Amino acid sequence: MMLDIRDLSVVFTDRGAPFAAVDRFSLQMDRGEIVGIVGESGSGKSMTAHALMGLIRRSEVEVSGSAVFEGTDLLSLSREELRRYQGRDLSIIFQEPMTSLNPTMRVGAQVEESLRIHERLSRGERKARALEAMALAGLPEPEAVYRQWPHQLSGGMRQRAMIASALVLRPRLLIADEPTTALDVTIQAQILETLKDINRREGVAILFISHDLGVVRALCGRVVVMRQGKIVESGPVDSVFYHPREDYTKLLISSRPSRKKLRGGREDG
Amino acid sequence: MGKALLKRTLLLLGTLLLVSALAFAAFSVIPGDPTGSVLGVEATDEQIAAFRARHGLDLPVWQRYWSWLTAFIAGDFGQSYKYDMTVAQLLSDKLGVTLVLSAVSFGLIAVISLPLGLIAARRPGGIVDRAVTVLTQVAMSVPNFVLGIGLMYLFALVLRWFEPEYVPLKDGLWPHLRFMLFPALAVALPKSAMTVKLLRGAILGELNQDYIRTAYSKGNSRGSALRRHVLRNAMIPVVTFLAMAAGDIMAGSIVVEQVFGIPGLGRILISSIGNRDYPVVQAIVVLLAAAVVGCNFLADLLYRVMDPRIDGR
Repeated sequence: MMLDIRDLSVVFTDRGAPFAAVDRFSLQMDRGEIVGIVGESGSGKSMTAHALMGLIRRSEVEVSGSAVFEGTDLLSLSREELRRYQGRDLSIIFQEPMTSLNPTMRVGAQVEESLRIHERLSRGERKARALEAMALAGLPEPEAVYRQWPHQLSGGMRQRAMIASALVLRPRLLIADEPTTALDVTIQAQILETLKDINRREGVAILFISHDLGVVRALCGRVVVMRQGKIVESGPVDSVFYHPREDYTKLLISSRPSRKKLRGGREDG
Repeated sequence: MGKALLKRTLLLLGTLLLVSALAFAAFSVIPGDPTGSVLGVEATDEQIAAFRARHGLDLPVWQRYWSWLTAFIAGDFGQSYKYDMTVAQLLSDKLGVTLVLSAVSFGLIAVISLPLGLIAARRPGGIVDRAVTVLTQVAMSVPNFVLGIGLMYLFALVLRWFEPEYVPLKDGLWPHLRFMLFPALAVALPKSAMTVKLLRGAILGELNQDYIRTAYSKGNSRGSALRRHVLRNAMIPVVTFLAMAAGDIMAGSIVVEQVFGIPGLGRILISSIGNRDYPVVQAIVVLLAAAVVGCNFLADLLYRVMDPRIDGR
């Protein structure tokens, strides 16, 4: 087992009453596996991902439970210790490819930033590895994109640049936090294909977070359904999709505009 | 970028032309005549007529403006009415004094505000941040000449850190700069306060951006995220502000010179207005306008260099 999350809770303590954004979340993941987390906005799925990545400011919230990654509990690490994992063993890509890149730094420098932080390499070696990662992420003409600024790229290209920067050190786990939500449908399908391809070729495990069960179904083997910070259902993606046990899951499935419904001209989602 | 640059340059020249015309028009409208103040009340009619003919004062305004403008562009700033000198001779060393004061002020602003802005942004709402906020508020609301009088009183009369008498450059560079430090402080403090406020806000704003979250996710420490990601973005508005403030600083220097008895452009400007020595006043006004407009131009240029999203195609 690569990752063993047990009773992960994220509780906000700066409000009147303590509020659990994530409530006793547990999940096990093997190497090279793709697991999905679905839920509506506010269900705690992104918060789970951020807690795992160590991106929650600890003064505002209380993170409890354990997340054992390759034998080390990530949640018990100090900030400095955790930094050795961030970008090297664990990477994350976000929903907003427009704002997730630094506007005043060239794309190449951002793709190779993790290399700069975690390894001692010459400029040339760094660039070679960055170009390799950019090709893997499906960026056409990596050499040209390397020298460009983020604003010169389209949304899909920016997300590919984010994927390249997350993959440059070949992490064992890639957390994808709604990576296609901000993109249009054709680009969305291409990015999903790229992620699948990377998983197959490099054996990178992917924790894929989405509000869209259909997208999750196209990519993941297993799925966890979250609502109000709690897991309501989990299992192989097909059985959850075709035989949902929970009403909430049924609602999530029916809220997708399917082809059948669109043809019938009656859309209620 | 080339086309935008050309446009800005034309705008700059147009502004200077307008400023010089307005200044010329203003001096032909205000009462008083250079003949009276230069030749005295006992001048004979012949003397006055000769003076007016010599300086072209008998010509209509637009003709005077035109001949002044063509000469100015050719580098001839004209002849002082009051002194037997050309305007260029009269102003050259005084311009140097004002430039030194402005440069020292500018340096002080950078030295004071960059560390304070960083410290204040480090812990928003903390003791340092609150102290800086109060200090900047005070420094911003005190006019620089009042500040100058205060500094003069404190450092020259009470603490006796410097003699309240101007030390020219010919007495040595170090004593000169040492004296200039205090008037420069009076010019710099209000601007530093604004810069600190601006920098603090810019840093805090950038820290909340999504790309900072990305930076942390790659294993950046807070310090390296600040150095490598936040600072460059936060410096864009600050550098723009500073470049634009540079013109203001020169104007501020002129006022503070009066308080500290520094023989710079300020003193000659005021005495020349009193003497109706228009060629001198005219040259100073255009020089100041050129400084302000030039600095704005520089700000625009720096902004384009620092922010890759802006390129005037």
